[in-house]
Amino acid sequence: MKKNLGNIEPLRTAMREQPPLERRRNFDEVSICFTVDEALREAARCLRCKKPGCVGGCPVSIDIPAFIERISEHDYEGAYRVLSESTLLPAVCGRVCPQERQCEGQCTVGKKYSPVAIGALERFVGDMAIANGWTTGSRPASNGRRVGVIGSGPAGLACAADMARAGCEVTIFEALHEPGGVLRYGIPEFRLPNSVVDAEVGKLAALGVKIECDTLAGRMFTIEQMMGEMGFDAVFVAVGAGYPVFPRIPGDALNGVISANELLTRCNLMAAHAFPETDTPMGIGRKVAVIGAGNTAMDAMRVSLRLGAEQVFCLYRRGEEECPARAEELRHAKEEGVIFHWLTAPIEILGDENGHVRAIRCVRMKPGEPDASGRRRPVPVPENEQGFEADTIVYAIGTNANPIIGRTCGIRLTEKGYIAVDDELQTSIPGVFAGGDIVTGAATVILAMGAGRKAASGMRKYLGI
Amino acid sequence: MYEIVRREDFSDTTFLIEVKRPMLAKAAMPGQFVIVRSHTGGERIPLTIADFDREQGTITLVVQAVGKTTKQMREECVVGSRLKSLAGPMGNPSHIDSVGKVVCVGGGLGVAPVYPILRAYKESGAYVIGVVGFREKGLVFWKEKFAAHCDELVICTDDGSEGIKGNVTTGLKDVMARHADIGEVVAIGPPVMMKACAEATRPAGIKTIVSLNPVMVDGTGMCGGCRVTVGGETKLGCVDGPDFDGHEVDFDELVTRLRRWKEDERAALERWQNHKSDCRMLHGSK
Repeated sequence: MKKNLGNIEPLRTAMREQPPLERRRNFDEVSICFTVDEALREAARCLRCKKPGCVGGCPVSIDIPAFIERISEHDYEGAYRVLSESTLLPAVCGRVCPQERQCEGQCTVGKKYSPVAIGALERFVGDMAIANGWTTGSRPASNGRRVGVIGSGPAGLACAADMARAGCEVTIFEALHEPGGVLRYGIPEFRLPNSVVDAEVGKLAALGVKIECDTLAGRMFTIEQMMGEMGFDAVFVAVGAGYPVFPRIPGDALNGVISANELLTRCNLMAAHAFPETDTPMGIGRKVAVIGAGNTAMDAMRVSLRLGAEQVFCLYRRGEEECPARAEELRHAKEEGVIFHWLTAPIEILGDENGHVRAIRCVRMKPGEPDASGRRRPVPVPENEQGFEADTIVYAIGTNANPIIGRTCGIRLTEKGYIAVDDELQTSIPGVFAGGDIVTGAATVILAMGAGRKAASGMRKYLGI
Repeated sequence: MYEIVRREDFSDTTFLIEVKRPMLAKAAMPGQFVIVRSHTGGERIPLTIADFDREQGTITLVVQAVGKTTKQMREECVVGSRLKSLAGPMGNPSHIDSVGKVVCVGGGLGVAPVYPILRAYKESGAYVIGVVGFREKGLVFWKEKFAAHCDELVICTDDGSEGIKGNVTTGLKDVMARHADIGEVVAIGPPVMMKACAEATRPAGIKTIVSLNPVMVDGTGMCGGCRVTVGGETKLGCVDGPDFDGHEVDFDELVTRLRRWKEDERAALERWQNHKSDCRMLHGSK
């Protein structure tokens, strides 16, 4: 029987989840991977459209109907091969992509019913690949070309994999002591377990990619040195946009005011949740206010709960409909008990006699005229202030370009300090490419991965391979 | 893993380690620092590079055992052992040019870090006056090393058992009284000391550079934990510093921020010490 909107299951197969009141106090993964039966049931909802909207919605154009078809055929390794043609990190992207704005947002089924759970299916295949040790191919014969990659986040990993597959000898330089970039220090364990990052990074070793941690490129050696005495034929700069933004309101410097980056790095990279068994502390306090409502903010709130905070609340200057986080993250945060104060902007942080935060003063906002992003710019409602007690304030209001590369080599930067590139992602230095957040500003894992692949394509052209 | 090839103890709390990492030694410049993680599960701590030997491929760190991590390092960092992580050089190198006459002041933790800066000034042709402070004579180290690169060396001890009696600010004021043509002062040490030095030079308008060592995690501009206020602006110690204009630094804020983790640090130290004595008791009962 040919499938059409008339004879499919209207409701998508829900991923099982840890109950909210249980999971809010542990770091185990929230969503539980589809079983084979669940995956088959969900795969059956896909119409295999001739002109699939989902593929157009995917930043790396995964052949989504094809991989779902393989699942239906019980050919899971085949599904993995289809995914691998476009993505290096299915187990990661299945978990962290904003699918509702990408593939699932364009799903034909979604026009009438709930869209096919493409993300959950991608993760199902990705996790199965990890469990079974499927790889994306073995190490090809070397063409003698050497490629250096700076940064082991999603952009760097994707570029490294493509260049290794093309036969280049690839070395990734990572400043921190463990690889993965934002996948490691940024996204918490309950959303993306480190074991998944390890497995995905491990695939690169099979392709012959070397990863050197504890190596701060720009300072230990410059890009000019890499292209000169160090003998690299091409370099990819993917250092991210980690420099945290602080809004500069009174009280910013008080103890207990931290960036989401600091909270997440302490917890994810340094295992501060296990302090004092581990050495890095992260006393979270009782009442935590997180400023911002993007994915990083959601992560910060949910980590705070798991670290033992009694009350966690979000302050966001725009309305809920403009919340930039993935729908699932917002839902999870609400279920776990995070309190949301929409249209609320901080104006002052108040401290105690020891220089520690005790409260935050806010002003009510209302939506005004649309701004450059098309969203309505929030404007303060006069004489409508509100105070909140808090002993930790976490800023999750964005990041700027990391300045180290720009300060240590003659690469051309944009006005805002990001690296300037051409259409092929080549920088002002021939043979040196850049991509990911250090070019675009903070974005998503999948966009960074797409940039890594695009740079690899430009790099192959540059190298004539 | 980075091998410790030499160790020297200056006192019960202060010790030196020389660590092999040729690429780092080659790149290191005066004023820069490294991030060390001594063991799995350990924290990342910033330590200023006290010296580097490009031929041997080593860098030298001088550590003061004050908290859990540094006390553990004092016990475990023996020759032949390895640091789990060693990343750097981090931060901007000190800006060194021939300024005529320069005073390099090092107190407490700052004695070793000021050495490579002082040496670089000497090599750039400056007239170099070193002022270094210790609690007492027995704790003095690197006297010859400093003397070899100084036109004048003033040693200050709290009890007057060596050099002049008093802290390095006394020493600096003494030097200022004798020299009217000081072009620049570099002061490294505890925040209170750096603040006092900056206040001592402020009336005379002598440019004063201080090297800040705020609490940080990654050291690469990511966590923002090391933010300091300089001239009314927020700067990150790790990528915008560590050197800043001492007359512009908000030292009171820095001192407050350095207290952020005090209770946790105490808890970690106590737990480690109890754990050690438990181990000893177990061992003793066998």
